Amino acid sequence: MLVPVLAACGAQPGTTDATNPSDPITVYSGRSEELVGPLLEQFSDATGIEVEARYGDTAEMANLILTEGENSPADVFFAQDAGALGAVAERGLLAELPSELLGRVDERFRSPDGDWVGVSGRARVVVYNTDRLEASDLPDSIFGFTDPEWSGRIGWAPTNGSFQAFVTALRVLEGEDRAREWLEGIEANDPNVYEGNTPALDAVIAGEVDVAFINHYYLMQRLAEDPDASAANHFLTDGDPGALVNVAGAGVLATSEQVDAAERFIEYALSETAQSYFAEETKEYPLVGGVEPAAELPPLAEIGTPEIDLSDLSDLEGTLELLQEVGIL
Amino acid sequence: MASTAAPTRGATRPRGRESAPPAWLVVAGGLVALLGILPVVYLLILAGGNAETAASLVLRDRTLGVLGRTLLLAATVTTASVLIGVPMAWLTARSDLPGRRWWTILAILPLVVPSYVGGYAVVAAFGPRGALQSLLEPFGVQRLPELYGFPGAALALTLFSYPYVVLSVRGALLRLDPAYEEVSRSLGRGPWRTFLDVTLPQLRPAITAGALLVALYSLADFGAVSLLQFDSFTRAIYVQYRASFDPTLAAVLALMLVACTAGVLLAESRLRGRGRYHRSGPGASRPGRRIRLGAWRWAALAFCAAIVGLAVVVPAGTILFWLSRGLAAGEPFSLVVEPAVNSIIASGLAALLAVIASIPVAVLAVRHRGIFGALVERATYAGFALPGIVIGLAFVFVAAQYLPFIYQTLPLLLVAYLVRFAPEAVGVTRASLLQVSPRIEEVARTLGRRPSAVLREVTLPIIRPGLVAGGALVFLTAMKELPTTILLAPTGFDTLAVRIWSTTSEGFFARAAAPALLMLLVAALSLGFVLRGDRDR
Repeated sequence: MLVPVLAACGAQPGTTDATNPSDPITVYSGRSEELVGPLLEQFSDATGIEVEARYGDTAEMANLILTEGENSPADVFFAQDAGALGAVAERGLLAELPSELLGRVDERFRSPDGDWVGVSGRARVVVYNTDRLEASDLPDSIFGFTDPEWSGRIGWAPTNGSFQAFVTALRVLEGEDRAREWLEGIEANDPNVYEGNTPALDAVIAGEVDVAFINHYYLMQRLAEDPDASAANHFLTDGDPGALVNVAGAGVLATSEQVDAAERFIEYALSETAQSYFAEETKEYPLVGGVEPAAELPPLAEIGTPEIDLSDLSDLEGTLELLQEVGIL
Repeated sequence: MASTAAPTRGATRPRGRESAPPAWLVVAGGLVALLGILPVVYLLILAGGNAETAASLVLRDRTLGVLGRTLLLAATVTTASVLIGVPMAWLTARSDLPGRRWWTILAILPLVVPSYVGGYAVVAAFGPRGALQSLLEPFGVQRLPELYGFPGAALALTLFSYPYVVLSVRGALLRLDPAYEEVSRSLGRGPWRTFLDVTLPQLRPAITAGALLVALYSLADFGAVSLLQFDSFTRAIYVQYRASFDPTLAAVLALMLVACTAGVLLAESRLRGRGRYHRSGPGASRPGRRIRLGAWRWAALAFCAAIVGLAVVVPAGTILFWLSRGLAAGEPFSLVVEPAVNSIIASGLAALLAVIASIPVAVLAVRHRGIFGALVERATYAGFALPGIVIGLAFVFVAAQYLPFIYQTLPLLLVAYLVRFAPEAVGVTRASLLQVSPRIEEVARTLGRRPSAVLREVTLPIIRPGLVAGGALVFLTAMKELPTTILLAPTGFDTLAVRIWSTTSEGFFARAAAPALLMLLVAALSLGFVLRGDRDR
């Protein structure tokens, strides 16, 4: 049990040639060990490349890389949302990926500059309490929730990255004024503010609120732990901004000395094995053609996700300003 | 007036003319202080690079409003913690409360509850539709009054930080010379008046030391305030990091927090007084007599049970509920040995380091009351009021650029823990040292001992219980520390706190149960071990 301590104290006798394929690669993972730990192990088993993983919150890992700058020991940044990848890429800290890897994923779900690629999809949904509501009670558009009948019944998490990405999409798709109108409309309905997706889901299950705007897979995980939880996902349709699909993705650090091994990691994340893992274990949407999502999820094509590139969501600054102007942040 | 509380018969030495500290003391204390202000220097460099935006951010109405509310929260939590902590300490240290040994452990245990777990527990229990509401539902209660916002944040922070006051005041009570109380009683004052006029003033340094930690903890906490939806200053700092990935603006906000810390420290130095708290007459102090509670015993028990119920049973119950729900759905219960061992090693070493570092700081501040000693002591507090992410990134910046050979190693993590938690040890060590008469040291000096030998052979053995208590504080809080651990631990170094966070953040509550219970168990065992040596009759 002391081995990791000692090894990390600088005693690394095996360090030889930088290009030695048996050297471990360092992955900074903004996705938790619970979600992706098994996948990293499978990668090592399949390729013989050892992985040293540092887990943390995606934003913290991004700030870590930004602070380390040129001196980052990381080879791969595996992030929970496109915004964090964008922030690191913007500072020139990610290397361009081979087009062969980029080409496996729909343009919408990767960086236009080719420095990161989405590996799994996460849809925005309206989760609702099934004791209090039927699916047919729910509006077809996210704008329906600005109606006063939803007063005091909504939960949201304005500090959450996925929520902010959705607001950015709203601004891009519907224009600044409509986005402000929506935010003010919801704010007028006196929503409960939660710290993140999980507490918001808890509040829906407890009946503290009737609906909450979160990502789709939180409910799947909860149902696995607590099959009686009285909640269901409502997917908005017809290209509604409320059905935005964001991604978890990965990029290779520009300072990596193990580019080949790092790219093999990304290649593995886009392989059929890994894509099926995301579909079945984390209940996310696979992004590579030919792999089906979990049976209980509607296919992406059926939802009719909004026509938007994730790279169009880079204006987070504008979203934060809007949220602050409306008095939400 | 506190300065008259301890008999000052024969004010032998005018204040302000203290001996110059020996060089080794200056070097050691100065080093600890430099480490403490390192993060502040980093923040100044960051913020200085963007002075214009910085100024506009500082003066924004919203920023000031959030700051004001955060200070109000800190003041409320501190007051509540003193009101809970002082009686709790007195009951466990000086009364004949039944089962006081157990109550002591239980009263201090909440310190190890990570604030994000505590936050979840408070919401699960007292939320508008939490466990309490479902108990009351048969009586027609559909919703409990609003918990979210200020009341919930104040409740959660008080419950998980009042032990700072208990631990600090309890130590002082155990070391208190009962002679003064006996004199007061023999002069005809009743037990209450004696407590208020004689005992309480002597506890002043210990109470302010504990209260200071509570106040600064409330300023720096992120987990509880965000789960309870209170818009605190720390949350504003996190929003800068998380949403705009902008360390500059975060640095500006963090510096405002540093300024508040300076204000709190100033207030504390006014409150703590400059009195002397040691015996000045001949003879040695002896353990105090336990006071019989009589019929008050039941009220005392109810008080302890209520506090412990809220601060220990509610979180532990929530964890057990997660566990049972998960087990029922077929989740395996897996033991987490390696993270537990890592937690114990890292927190244990951090505690040792912090206690050692606290000695020169406290000696400088108490025995050589110059401006240097005061500055050194205050500098160590800078790290405690800053959110962990700020400290973590400061050390990432310094080590990744300039000291790559210690970057992401255990020693660097320990240094960061030291900067973050040294004040916990400094406060207790300082309060203990105040109760030791310098005469004893002078006698040793006249017998030919060098100052360092006096410290080692005379002073430290006397204040040993205080050192142990300070170490325990650091051990418990380092064990739950999350942001610095995530940012600075050796890659792959998994601790209980990291494990609990990584499971709860994804909503895998059942998997958080084993590490969370283990953390409570380790804390309880270590407290039992630490407290075994206390005077108890």
